[in-house]
Amino acid sequence: MRRILAVLVRNRPGVMARVSSLFSRRGFNLASVAVGPTDDPQLARMTLVVDEDEAGVEQVVKQLHKLIDVLKVSDITADAPIERELALVRVAADAGRRLEVVHLAEVFGGRVVDVDEESVTLELVGTPDDVEAALRILRGFGLKELVRSGTLAMARPGRLAAARSAEMEGVRI
Amino acid sequence: MTGAEALIWSLVAEGVEVIFGYPGGAVLPAYDALHRIGQPRHVLVRHEQGAAHMAEGYARASGRVGVCMATSGPGATNLVTGLASAYMDSIPVVAITGQVPTALIGRDAFQESDVCGITMPITKHNYLVRDVRDIPRVVHEAFHLARSGRPGPVLVDLPKDVANAPTRWESYPPPLDLPGYRPTLDGHPRQIELAARLIDEARRPVLYVGGGVIASGAAELVRALAERAHLPVVMTLMGLGALPGRHPLSLGMLGMHGAAYANYAVSQADLLVAVGARFDDRVTGDTRRFASKARKIHIDVDPAEIGKNVPVDVPIVGDARRVLQELVRLVSPARRDAWWEQIRAWQEAYPLTYERRPPYIAPQDVVAQLDALTAGEAVVATDVGQHQMWVAQFYRFQAPRLNITSGGLGAMGFGLPAAIGARLAVSDRPVVAVLGDGGLMMTVQELATAASLGLPLPIVVLNNYALGMVKQWQAIFYESRYSHSLLPAQTDLVTVARGFGVPGRRVERPEELTGALAEALAASGPYLLDVVVDPDAQVLPMVPPGGAIDEMIGVRGRQA
Repeated sequence: MRRILAVLVRNRPGVMARVSSLFSRRGFNLASVAVGPTDDPQLARMTLVVDEDEAGVEQVVKQLHKLIDVLKVSDITADAPIERELALVRVAADAGRRLEVVHLAEVFGGRVVDVDEESVTLELVGTPDDVEAALRILRGFGLKELVRSGTLAMARPGRLAAARSAEMEGVRI
Repeated sequence: MTGAEALIWSLVAEGVEVIFGYPGGAVLPAYDALHRIGQPRHVLVRHEQGAAHMAEGYARASGRVGVCMATSGPGATNLVTGLASAYMDSIPVVAITGQVPTALIGRDAFQESDVCGITMPITKHNYLVRDVRDIPRVVHEAFHLARSGRPGPVLVDLPKDVANAPTRWESYPPPLDLPGYRPTLDGHPRQIELAARLIDEARRPVLYVGGGVIASGAAELVRALAERAHLPVVMTLMGLGALPGRHPLSLGMLGMHGAAYANYAVSQADLLVAVGARFDDRVTGDTRRFASKARKIHIDVDPAEIGKNVPVDVPIVGDARRVLQELVRLVSPARRDAWWEQIRAWQEAYPLTYERRPPYIAPQDVVAQLDALTAGEAVVATDVGQHQMWVAQFYRFQAPRLNITSGGLGAMGFGLPAAIGARLAVSDRPVVAVLGDGGLMMTVQELATAASLGLPLPIVVLNNYALGMVKQWQAIFYESRYSHSLLPAQTDLVTVARGFGVPGRRVERPEELTGALAEALAASGPYLLDVVVDPDAQVLPMVPPGGAIDEMIGVRGRQA
């Protein structure tokens, strides 16, 4: 079961290693991870997508909490979070098929970021499903290179379940 | 003042009495500061693994933070087993390691190893100190983390240039900077009320206590609760001593090598109250069939332990002592005579006993005699294997912090250095090492440390010329194919000990045993007793791995 965790951590060396070491040591299934600093440069926000059952997710959350550099863990799956993923994809396209790819990119709300003789490089932004749908079509042309950011997610205002925050109390940001 | 001096003064300010350590290039600044400052006391070990186990032994026996120190690279990697052992058993240890100078980190410098990376999964937290001004705060945080909440080891890695850098000493302790660390200590009042009600209503309750009770100093409350509500008490290996082994409500250890009656009680219980115990596989066997008739209350300071291995009905996150204080108040006094009648019948029918096969010395007799000679009041440090289980079965620990054993990790080589660490922590009781011949050899060099300290330390080796537990498993599960588990009888342990400056004697006949044990206990320094025991004695009864705990093999019925 796909679950999205928003994790606030101290922005210091080794934090990523602590989190990934935890996942490998405990055998948790991590589908994607995206991380970057927050508005406060002392803090970083991670979005973890895990594939675990209820008990597994509970363990993931509790074990993450035990890391000293982890300040807050929220399971935002149930809160209809806003999800976005960025993909950069270089699609095989010579002069003959270039326009076709460009048109498709428009259909998917993508942007052309680079063009050369043999390929068109697109930027796709959307929900992970949107990105996957676009890629499914583009694969027909042949993908020369693909890089995905992993899911970024944010709970909608007021939707973060009260029960869930209560569970996390005792943790101050 | 240098960073190294700030380190040593911080240790002094933390109340450190003794550091177990071994110098080397990258940690020389700290050793020089130690020399100049003249405190804390330093015990020179003969291998860094010994330092880590001594620090754990000291911590287990005293409840204070044990400290070990080593150089970078191989010094640091040699600490790893002891840190892993402390981590598994939640023992407060602070390890200080030297590191190559900051500019060389990542360059594969001489004696460089990424000890923070290596110890990440076996420490509660670790630090690579990059700024000399951070040293006092880091040391203070390390001690705070090591001993608070669920205790555990913390490592501080100090590059040589940081140790040599000048700094100014400010007031100690500096403020903690741990916004992500707030252990929950008080249990939820409604959950505690619910637990009390379930205990009141239970007909066949069992109190199941582990190392968390020892760590939080809750042993007296376990006793109070058990006596008030007439509860049978089973203990994990780490929990032994939480209730005195001679107490009538004690059923001793449960699990793989627990008493049959302890396991039967758990299997027939309608309520299991787990306190500071983590439903380890050696306790539960097949988790689906573990205490399957019982509702479960689980009290633990670490929320991640609750529901990790076994689903529970009433989770209570909190410090065992604080929660039990409340629980004892709320539970009604009760008598549970029918339940106890059943338990006494099991105890009568299936006592914890063993076979003597003359002319051999039964290893269990050695432990039982030691128990009698010391009235269960000695600190007993064991290694890992058969002798460890015989101590757990037949040494009836009368108090917490007497049982010094590597429970979770099961690290052979632990026993001798842990006994030395415990010896330095305890002055008012005998400290005895009970070892196997295999485990002794893994850290035998620490006999030199014991000799140089000169403190009384009887070292009782149950010598079966084998890796006994391996051999036992091979006998039971591998049709007695003893693949590399037999130790040829060529090592004369008494001569080896003498070479280290430790006197001793060998005992081969049962009638010599009591006198020899008394002699070892009376010795004014370390003394090695090489007790040659029945080579085929087994630890029984036993739950085969993955089995249900009430389906034990080797249960001996009362002989007619």
